[in-house]
Amino acid sequence: MTVTTVAPGRAAPARRTARGRRWIGLLVLVALVLAACLASVAVGTRSMGLGEVWRALLDSDLAGEEAVIVRHLRVPRTVLGLMVGLALGVAGALMQGHTRNPLGDPGLLGVTAGASLAVVLSISLLGITSPSGYIWFAFLGALAGTVAVYAIGSAGRGGATPVTLALAGAALSALLYGLVRAVLVSDQQTLDAFRFWVVGALAGRGADVAWQVGPFIALGLVLALANSPALNLLGLGEDVARGLGQRIWPARLVGLAAITLLAGAATAACGPIAFVGLVVPHAVRAVTGPDHRWLIPCSGLAGAVLLLTADVIGRVVVRPGELQVGIVLALIGAPFFIALVRRRRTSAL
Amino acid sequence: MSVAAPPRTGTVVRVGPASGVVRWRQVAVPVAAFAVLVLLAAISMGRGDFPISVPDVLRTLAGLGTGAQPFIVLELRAPRVVVGLLVGLALGVAGALFQTFARNPLASPDTLGITTGASVGAVAAIVLSAGGAFGGALTGLGIPLAALLGALLTGVVLFVLTWRAGIDGYRLVLVGIAVWSIGTALVDWLLTNAEIHDAASAYVWITGSLNARTWDHAIPLVVALAVLLPLALAAGRVLGVLQFGDDTARGLGVRLPAAQAAVVLIAVGCVAFAVSAAGPITFVSLVVPQIAVRLAGGSRPPLLASGLLGAVLVVGADLVTRTVLPEALPVGILTAVLGAPYLLWLLVRGRRQFT
Repeated sequence: MTVTTVAPGRAAPARRTARGRRWIGLLVLVALVLAACLASVAVGTRSMGLGEVWRALLDSDLAGEEAVIVRHLRVPRTVLGLMVGLALGVAGALMQGHTRNPLGDPGLLGVTAGASLAVVLSISLLGITSPSGYIWFAFLGALAGTVAVYAIGSAGRGGATPVTLALAGAALSALLYGLVRAVLVSDQQTLDAFRFWVVGALAGRGADVAWQVGPFIALGLVLALANSPALNLLGLGEDVARGLGQRIWPARLVGLAAITLLAGAATAACGPIAFVGLVVPHAVRAVTGPDHRWLIPCSGLAGAVLLLTADVIGRVVVRPGELQVGIVLALIGAPFFIALVRRRRTSAL
Repeated sequence: MSVAAPPRTGTVVRVGPASGVVRWRQVAVPVAAFAVLVLLAAISMGRGDFPISVPDVLRTLAGLGTGAQPFIVLELRAPRVVVGLLVGLALGVAGALFQTFARNPLASPDTLGITTGASVGAVAAIVLSAGGAFGGALTGLGIPLAALLGALLTGVVLFVLTWRAGIDGYRLVLVGIAVWSIGTALVDWLLTNAEIHDAASAYVWITGSLNARTWDHAIPLVVALAVLLPLALAAGRVLGVLQFGDDTARGLGVRLPAAQAAVVLIAVGCVAFAVSAAGPITFVSLVVPQIAVRLAGGSRPPLLASGLLGAVLVVGADLVTRTVLPEALPVGILTAVLGAPYLLWLLVRGRRQFT
């Protein structure tokens, strides 16, 4: 972290430009989200003109193949991508804020490991093999995972500090993944279904999935925004935050509840997509700085842009097949991220 | 309010003008771990279709075995135990190096993508064996060599991308995240495109297994670690200084870029050879250093204790899979299922915070 001393006379304009930059960043992000949504509705295996897409969207009586594709396949998929991207970006920013660790992705709280174990068990014991069939198992697994991590992380003396939370999450995830592997190594059929879930994809999820996870994501987003001022204070260290009148426990609980809802719902809908939650907050922090009131909404929007763009690219590159969104994200997003990290000082946590 | 006296952690020893503090826990933990390790290794070499008692195993290792014992112990069972022991040692030491260097308890060869790089190499060698010149060439290398190349290449890429007149721990973590994401995506992609039979055998490799290890697996590891481990222990002294921050380290006379490069490259080397011999036995390098620092005390994961405890965990987990379980699971599952709860228990019981 750098400490910059600013001459008194220059402080005000400096702050004003920082704020201006954030507003511009926010507007650019909103515009990009709209563009990505449009691209996601328009681009696919079957190429259509924008005019056709527009007509299919506006005129609900229009029959024909194009209209059906747009209304029943692409629009639900776009909505789901938007929600999941928002959820993962916000959850990532919250998680890094609460654990104060750059390696903190929402999965670290036991979300991914819990969901994975629940999905594996649902395939292996109950014989469910469709993404929409896993959804409630994955969500319950994610909830159970986080509750267990939080219980263990806060059980030691000194309560749930960032370090104990992160370590409890890592250790419990290790344990749960061990169990997942124990099943997968001995059960080839389950592996066959699981390997397609674990990649993370938007394909094959209909409008019903969006309706199922939507309320949880909405609630999680509200909690996250409410939590952001407190997170700024917690970032100063728990003692300082307490001294400034912040109550620690409620703030931590609200934050963790938001992470669980957001990451759990996203994982339930699309499978584990680690990249968005891990990387987006770092990239956004380079623009917004460490203020969580800006970082959290901007991370959400950037997550949505990234997820939708990656999904569109995945539909185009290996036509007529598709590359899963989780794979595209990492292969295209990671090099950009490395370039960003090397070019400028990313704002440390 | 009275100020509590600082807890006594060691004994001051003075010899003439020289003096120092001996912290007994930091001596006792490695010694105890070594004793447990020898015992576990001897038990492990004794168990099997032809049981041999622990004294007989030790006698055989000393060259005094009778009948079929030397062949069974030295040729059939020792390679597996030796590979497990050395892999655990290397992963524990590498994990402690990374965690101390990045000043982050979550930094490990797993989270920074080095073991993932090995997985990409090995999975590609397994899955692409059928088609193409590239796949054929990879398969010709053999899985251990493909994994070694994958890990070393990833380590070098990580190093080059992080290097800017030195290696900043924070930048290492950020670049590591990206490298890890790429590796994971490639592995997932290879797995989804593979025949299910290939995918299953690739999955066993990813989990980490000690099945059917021979001296061919053990000897490269022995040679590599004979070079790397002394270097790692020598680097441990510099590491203590690096922990105070770059400026302080420079002020204390550490040649910073050289020291940073040495620490990272030694750790990458340890991981690469370990992973090539047994697969990425995940979580050893993440979990064991944290267990070691909680047992031995101190402000950072102790190198020697981490290595020895890593070896104890892997050899012990292997013993459990072979003797207790009805079905032989890959050892990588057991290291997680045995090691993680222990760390959780230490966390729940813990009084102090470690970073």
